[in-house]
Formats: sequence, structure tokens, C-alpha cells
Amino acid sequence: MSGKGILEIRWHGRGGQGAKTAAQLLAETAMDEGKYIQAFPEYGPERAGAPIKAFTRISDEPINLHCGVSNPQIVVVIDPTLLDAVDVAEGIPEDGILLVNSDQSPQVLRQKLNFRKGKVYTLDATKVALETVGLPLPNTPMLGALLKAADLVSLNKIEDKLTEKFLKKIGEKKTKGNIESVRRAYNEVQAG
Amino acid sequence: MEKKGFRDIPIGGLITKAGSAEDYNTGSWRTFKPVRDEEKCIHCLICWVYCPDSSILVSEGKNVGFDYKHCKGCGICAKVCPKKCIQMVKE
Amino acid sequence: MPDTAKSTIKALTGDQAAAEAMRQINPDVVAAYPITPQTEIVMTYSQFVADGLVDTEMIPVESEHSAMSACVGAAAAGARTMTATSANGLALMWEVVYIAASTRLPIVMPVVNRALSGPINIHCDHSDSMGARDSGWIQIYCENAQEVYESIILAVRIAENPKILLPVMVCQDGFITSHAVEKLSIFEDEQVKDFIGTHKSNFPLLDVENPVTYGPLDLQDYYFEHKRQQSEAMKNAMQVIPEIVEDFAKLSNKTYGFIEEYRMQDAETAILALSSTCGTAKVVVDGLRNKGVKAGLVKLRFFRPFPADNIVSSLSKVKAVAVLDRSESFSNRGGPVFSEVRSALYESENKPLITNYIYGLGGRDINTSEIEAVYNELQETIKRGKADKLVNYLGVRE
Repeated sequence: MSGKGILEIRWHGRGGQGAKTAAQLLAETAMDEGKYIQAFPEYGPERAGAPIKAFTRISDEPINLHCGVSNPQIVVVIDPTLLDAVDVAEGIPEDGILLVNSDQSPQVLRQKLNFRKGKVYTLDATKVALETVGLPLPNTPMLGALLKAADLVSLNKIEDKLTEKFLKKIGEKKTKGNIESVRRAYNEVQAG
Repeated sequence: MEKKGFRDIPIGGLITKAGSAEDYNTGSWRTFKPVRDEEKCIHCLICWVYCPDSSILVSEGKNVGFDYKHCKGCGICAKVCPKKCIQMVKE
Repeated sequence: MPDTAKSTIKALTGDQAAAEAMRQINPDVVAAYPITPQTEIVMTYSQFVADGLVDTEMIPVESEHSAMSACVGAAAAGARTMTATSANGLALMWEVVYIAASTRLPIVMPVVNRALSGPINIHCDHSDSMGARDSGWIQIYCENAQEVYESIILAVRIAENPKILLPVMVCQDGFITSHAVEKLSIFEDEQVKDFIGTHKSNFPLLDVENPVTYGPLDLQDYYFEHKRQQSEAMKNAMQVIPEIVEDFAKLSNKTYGFIEEYRMQDAETAILALSSTCGTAKVVVDGLRNKGVKAGLVKLRFFRPFPADNIVSSLSKVKAVAVLDRSESFSNRGGPVFSEVRSALYESENKPLITNYIYGLGGRDINTSEIEAVYNELQETIKRGKADKLVNYLGVRE
């Protein structure tokens, strides 16, 4: 049982790759569009490089649930090396979405993960990040790819949010790079 | 003295009157009291410096006696007196 | 969620919500030491101080024992004083926590609930604040970040009320609430300022014209009377808190009771719980209601003062109740909440069947199916006419 009308997303990443930030950016953007939200990481004995999970909940109604997410409609894998380490498809329902940062095609990944139903999307987000931001931080391009896979919030709103959050912190050049990475990801993500 | 009920005392264990310790007759604890030989006393006031109960009475720079209401008879004044002019005498 | 025209929508974690409330309260003194999962409160607040957004004298102490000691000194001096802590930090404060309450200092302390060591653990349970239940502090437990924010503002008025003058802990679930971003409605700074008013101590230590003595030795002749005063203040709190809450409702359009009843009107089974678990339980109740099961929930907001009458009148309506405790008392007779709820029901003519579930220790997640299983067992309890066990352990591997 889950709360009625709540969209749940699970993010897989490694400590330091921005899974928590991505989960929060999406939630905050949805909030700006009038939704109720939750975004929370799963904390263990974390340090840079360790596999971590983060979660986003989005709903039209206030969200009362305060338990973990076990059946996310969408799973986003930010680091391709996690595919061998974590069961990223765990708990995804049959009509769910699996989005992976990978240079492989959705078809190949579907086979590899034995994920038969639902939709699979892939994007080489690390490459996009390196070419736009100049840093191997695939979390923002994965946000762009996610918006193509699921119409959660508008692309413009995500760009506004990135500007709001990043401009002061990382400067105009890198902020523009991040926005460019979101747009490219949105256009280049492959479905299958 | 009749003790007050919980409604009639300040909360939090506060003592709201300053210097209330003065009302407490600690002089009654004494078994030996200090007695000064006024002839020998040079008014160096070392006793006044050492007295833990502020019981050496001083006026115009001179030792003028003891506050027997608060002196507990500890004997420190007698001990530190360089002229040995303070004797501890049984009450 | 207050929908007043003047509120602002913000995405904040529970810790940030606590810091935001503190910013608007703008206390004279904050003395605090960081500890997971409370750290973000101290971190965020220190930034507010550094950025000049508040006038607070921030004292970065070397331990929680020092934090509470500094708070006692500051509050005695007449300053509006706050701190925050978790778990082992609260344990290290212990001695001074009691002194703050017995000296009747209106300190407000957000507590981010975390399991006490050992084994060492950083995640949520209520063992830290439940251990402090007899310290003389008022305790509020919050379901979500919005409640954290509003309860801290409320707590200032409660603590400083002349008929109460007791310190207040505002508890939230470590990580579950403290590190989850949620949508919050934030009052305008001026609204908060007007609501809390200015703090005026009756006997400020810094008033050299009227010197007073704080913390003198208090032996057989008066100690008991001073403890009796504390009990009286806690009784007064039962009378005064509803008035403060009513005043707060003008600001927030929300009335906080000592307890919150959820779909209890015609309920046959009920769970009584604290904090974030109540949110998850509400979802379960909705699901069961859709299936025609008459389930309800009682959320205990205040554990101190203990609202026995409210609990009894609410639970007397149901046939079976499960009390959920997120801490263990090792009495073999249930957790602290259960013991007190069951005791409160002793004289009640319409006693429900009652059972206890210890759950969620050390951050163990409690999900909807586990809560649903509790409601199902309550149905069986009604059929049997008795609870199978006095104490159950929910979500532990046998």
C-alpha cells in the first residue's frame, strides 16, 4: 500500500555524485509548480564513492507517508558501475521506468538487467556532463533525461531552479554548462 | 520558625533577597571564640584578610572586634596573627 | 499547513525548519554543540549568525554538558535561550537538563531523536528523549517538518508563560524528518515576533539593582516543596497550553491539541503513536477505511505534560488499541508510552483491549504493511476478547 496519487522515485548514485541534490532539485521544482513534495537520502555509513540511494515523492495532496520507498514508479541510476553492485530494478512495478546513465542501448540494458516489462531509458550522462560542465557530475543531465522519460515538471522550470541554486555557488559559466547539459540530455536520451 | 508551603516560596530554588545569609546565626556553631589582646594588636588586618566569614570588624583601618553572630570559631585568625594576640577561648 | 495570505512556501528539511523557526525567534543566546542528526540545525543557525541575520550571541561550546550549562547561565541572566541536541548529546547534558527544569528556566531545545548508544547508531528512535521524560521538561513530538517549525514557535510561548516557566523539548524523528525536504509554509518574521513577544525574566541575574541567588543548596527543608512546584507548573501547563494554542490558531488557522485524533469518530480499532510514524499510519487508516474497516489513529503530541484525560476520552471509544513505542524500557511490561497510557486507562469504565508494539529501534523503517498488520491483529484481538501478548516487537527478526 502506498499513499494515493503519490509518485515515488528512487535515485541510485555514489556518495558525491549528487543523487541527493538531484532528488531535491526535482522535488523543489515540482513544489514551485504547486505540488507537495518529499526528498530524502538513505543514510548509512556514507563517504565519497559508496553506493547511496535518494528518494523523491511528488503529489497533488499533502504527503503523510514517512516510511521508505519500496516500489518506486521510476528508478534513476546515476552511476553505470552500480549495475553490477546493486539490484537497481528492485521493486519497480510492471509499468515502471528505469533510467540509466550508460553508453549502452536500452535494449542491451533490458537484457542485462532482466528487466522485461516497463520502460528503459539510457543516456551517456557522464559524457554529456564532461562536454558541457567539464566535470564528471552526471546528476544534472540525468534530470534532463528524466523529464523526457516522464513529464514531471517543465524543462524551463528545472533550468530556472538550477540558476536559482547554482549561480551564486558555482558562477555563470558552470551554471550555463549545467543548463546546457539538461537540454542535451533531454534531446539525446534513448528509449527502448 | 514555621516553614512555608510550596505556594508561598519563590520558584526554582531562588533566593530573592540579597544577603540573606546575614540572618543566619552561624555564631551558634562555635565552641571556641576568638579573643584579642588589644595591647598587642598592631592592626595589620591579616586576620581580616583571612577570615572566611567576614567576621573581623574594622573601622577606620583598625580592628575593632569580632562579629560573634557569624564567627564560627574556626580559629584561622588566631593562627595567622603575626603577633599571636588572638586566643581561642572556650565558650 | 497554514494558508494565511502572509505565509511563504519553502522547501526545507526538518533541521532547516528548526533553524528557520529559531531565526524568526531570534533568541538572545544559543549555546550548542553539533551532533548527528541535529548538526544541520547548529550549522544553519551558525550561518544565520555569521550572516548577521540574527542578533544572537552564539556560544560554540566544547560539549553538550557545557551547552546546557551555558544555557542555564544565560537563561538565569534573563536571556531568551535556545540549544538543540540528539541522543548521546542529550545524555551528556543529563545533569544540567534537570537543573534547567528545576531552576524553572524557559529554555527551548529542539531534540532530533536518535537511538542512544549502544551499539552505536545514528538513526531514529525515541530512547534519548524518553529517557529524559522525568527531567521536568515539557515534551512535544512532531509528525513532520511543518509541525517542527510551528511547535518551536509555540514552545517559546509555553516555556515563558509565567504560570508554567518550564523548559521545552521539541522532538522530531532523526533523518526521517530531520533530513527529508518537505514543503513548508513559513510565517512572516513580524508575525512570529508579535506572537512570541518579548521575554522578561522576573529575576534576571544581571539585574544588579535587585540581586538574587540562583542554585543555592536546597536540603530536606525545602527541596521537596520546589519539586512540588514543578509538578504544579506541569499541571498549569495542561490549563495554559490550550490558551496559547488558541492564540496560535489566529496566526496559523491550525489548532494543536495535546493529542490529534484521526478518523476516530466511529473507530473500533486504534493505534496510538508519536511523531513521523503517525503520518504513515494515517495513510494506512485511509486504506482500511476504503475497505470498510473502522480504524483510527491517536497521535500523541505532548508526552509532557501527559494528557491522560484526553487519551482516555479518545480511546474509550474503541474496542482495541495498540500503543506504538519507539523505545524500550526493559520493564518487560512495555515501552514508556504504553505504560503511561495503560495506567491512564485503569479507572476508565470503557477500557479498550490494549497491546504494545516496540518498533523502529535504531532507525528500522516501519512501512504501511507492518502498520496494517497491527490493525489486522487488533481485529483478531476484538474477536478473541483479549490481546494475544502484552508486548510485541514489530519489524524485528526473531
